Amino acid sequence: MTALAAGTHTGVHGVELGVVIFFFLVVTFGGFFAVRWRRGESMKSLDEWGLGGRGFGSVITWFLLGGDLYTAYTFVAVPAAMFATGAVSGFFAVPYTIVVYPLIFIFMPRLWSVSHRNGYVTPADFVRGRYGSRTLALAVAVTGIVATMPYIALQLVGIQAVLDTMGLGGSGNWFLRDLPLIIAFAVLAAYTYSSGLRAPALIAFVKDTLIYLVIVVAIVWVAINIGFGDVFNAAQTKMKSTPNGSFIPSSKTFWAYGTLAFGSALALFMYPHSVTGVLSAKDRTVIRRNAAILPTYSLMLGLLALLGFAAIYEKTSVVGLDGKPNGQLVVPHFFDQVFPSWFAGVAFAAIAIGALVPAAIMSIAAANLFTRNIYREFFARDASPAHEAAVSKIVSLVVKFGALVFVLGMDKQNAINFQLLGGVWILQTILSIVAGLYTRWLHRWALLVGWAAAMAYGTWAAYQQAGPTTKHFGSSLATFPGTDTKVYIAVTALVVNIVVSVVLTALFRLGKVPAGSDETTPDDYYSDAAAPSVAHAAAEVQSGAEPAST
Amino acid sequence: MTSEPSSDPIRPSRPVVRPLPASTMALAGVLLLIPLVALAIVPVYAKDGPRLWGFPFFYWYQFLWVFLASGFTYCAHMVINHARRGQR
Repeated sequence: MTALAAGTHTGVHGVELGVVIFFFLVVTFGGFFAVRWRRGESMKSLDEWGLGGRGFGSVITWFLLGGDLYTAYTFVAVPAAMFATGAVSGFFAVPYTIVVYPLIFIFMPRLWSVSHRNGYVTPADFVRGRYGSRTLALAVAVTGIVATMPYIALQLVGIQAVLDTMGLGGSGNWFLRDLPLIIAFAVLAAYTYSSGLRAPALIAFVKDTLIYLVIVVAIVWVAINIGFGDVFNAAQTKMKSTPNGSFIPSSKTFWAYGTLAFGSALALFMYPHSVTGVLSAKDRTVIRRNAAILPTYSLMLGLLALLGFAAIYEKTSVVGLDGKPNGQLVVPHFFDQVFPSWFAGVAFAAIAIGALVPAAIMSIAAANLFTRNIYREFFARDASPAHEAAVSKIVSLVVKFGALVFVLGMDKQNAINFQLLGGVWILQTILSIVAGLYTRWLHRWALLVGWAAAMAYGTWAAYQQAGPTTKHFGSSLATFPGTDTKVYIAVTALVVNIVVSVVLTALFRLGKVPAGSDETTPDDYYSDAAAPSVAHAAAEVQSGAEPAST
Repeated sequence: MTSEPSSDPIRPSRPVVRPLPASTMALAGVLLLIPLVALAIVPVYAKDGPRLWGFPFFYWYQFLWVFLASGFTYCAHMVINHARRGQR
C-alpha cells in the first residue's frame, strides 16, 4: 500500500503509472483501429465521420452515451462535492441522472426522426430547418460551442487530478509537468481526426468496463471494511459543522436540490455531445431502449458519490503536490490510500480514459456545429459532404488545442466557472429545440430575444454569486427574484426565456411579422425511415460518388 | 410501422407513418411521469429515517428510484413497441 502522495514531492508511483500507461496504449490502439470498425465505404461525410454512419445499435449506443454523459469530471467532481459540502451540491447528480432518461425517452426520438429524415447533423440544423432562421440557428450553435469548450477543458482537470496523485506534476518546469497531459491529448486528437465518432464509441467499451469494475470493488470494500452506517454518520457529523454543508436537504434547500436536478437534466440533452450520441443511433427503438437501460450508470454515479462520504470517514487528505488543498483530489487520493497500487492504477486508468471518450465526442460535436451552422451557412453555401468532413476534422483539432491552452494557461477555476455558466447557457436553447419539436407557434424572433434575455440574466446572476474562495461565479444557485428561496440559476433564466418568448410571439403574430418557412412535415417527427433524398445522397456518398445536389 | 403508398405527389416514395393512438401515448406518458414526480417531491423524501443497511431514507429512496425509473421507462418502451407492432 502506498503512502499518501502529499508531502512526498519526488515520489512517482511506478506501479500505478505503469497500469495507466498500459491501458492508455490499449485505447490508443483501439482509437486508431476504429477507423476500420463497422466502416462505411468512405469517411468523407459528416454522417460517417461525425455520426459514425448513423448506424449504432443498442449495445454500442449504451456504451457510447454512457461514456459520453458520465464524464471524468463527473467522476471527480461529484464525490469532491459530497466530501466538501454534501448532498445539495453533490448528490443532486443522482436524481438528475434519473429524471434525464424519461425526458430523453419523450423528446429525443422526435429529434432523431426529424434529423434523420432531413439529414440534420446538429441541433442547430434542426432549428434552421424548422424556423427558417439562420440567425436563430447561429445562436443555438454558438451557445452549444461556448458551453462545450469549458466542458472539454474540465476533462483535462480530471486527468490532472489522477496525474497529481501519481506524483506527476506539481512543482518544476511547466513543460515537463504538463507533458503527460499534452501527450494524452495529442494522441486523442490524432485518432479522433482519423476515426471520428467511431473512436470514442470503441474506447467507451474499455472505459465503462473499467469504471464498473472499479466502483463495484470500491463499494464492496466500503461495505465490508467500514460499513455504510459509519460512513453516513461520519458525513453527518462533518456536515453539521460545515458552512453550507448539507447531509440531507432542509426546508431552505428543497428548491435548490430539485431545480438543480431537473434543470441539469433538461440541460444535459441539449448539449451538442448528447445530441451527437443520440443521432448516431440507428433507429428510434435504440434510443427508447437505452433510456431504460442507461440508468445503470446513474446507479454507479450514486455509489461513486458515496465514496466522497467514505473519504470523510477515512479522513483522506486532499492536499496536492503543490501543497495546497484541492477537493478534486479526493477520489484519486482515496483509491491511493486504501487500495493496492495496481488496483489504484486501474481506477486511475478508468478516470483518465473516462476523460478521453467525452472529450472526443464533445470536440466532434462542437466541430460539427461550427462546420454546419457557421462555416457552411455563412461562408461556403455549396460545401460538399467531403468538404464539410474535412473542415470538421480540422476544427476538432482546434477545439481540443483550445481546451488544452485553456487548462494549462489559465487558472482552472476559470474552466469550472465557465462550465457552470455553460450549463446555464445551454439550457436556454431548449425552447427553440424542444418546443420546436412539437409546435411552430413560437416566433423565431421571439425565441431569439428570449434566448438573449435569458443568457444575459443567467450570466449576470452567476457573476453576482460569491463563493468561499471566489468573489464571482461562486455558486450555481441564486435567490429567485421576489423571494428568498435559492434555485438553480439556469431554471430562473429559463423562466425569463419562456415569458419573453411567449409574450413577444403573441405580439409578432398580432403584427403579422413573417414567421419564416418550415421545411419539415408533421410525419417527419415520428418516422423511422430517412427521406428518399437523404437516403439517396447517403448511398451516393457511400459509393464514393459526388452527390447530385447539396 | 405502417408503410402505404403516399398520396403526396411531390414525395411519392415517402412511407407514411401513422401516429400512435392517444390512449397509447397517454399510458406511456403516465409511466414516464411517475419517476419525475417521485423525484420532484424533495420535501417528502428528504428525511433521515427509516434507515436501511445504514443508508438514511433520503439516500436509499433515490437509489431505489434508479431501479424503479428504469423499470417504468422500460414499460413505456414496451407499450409503444407493442402498439407499433399492432399497427403493422
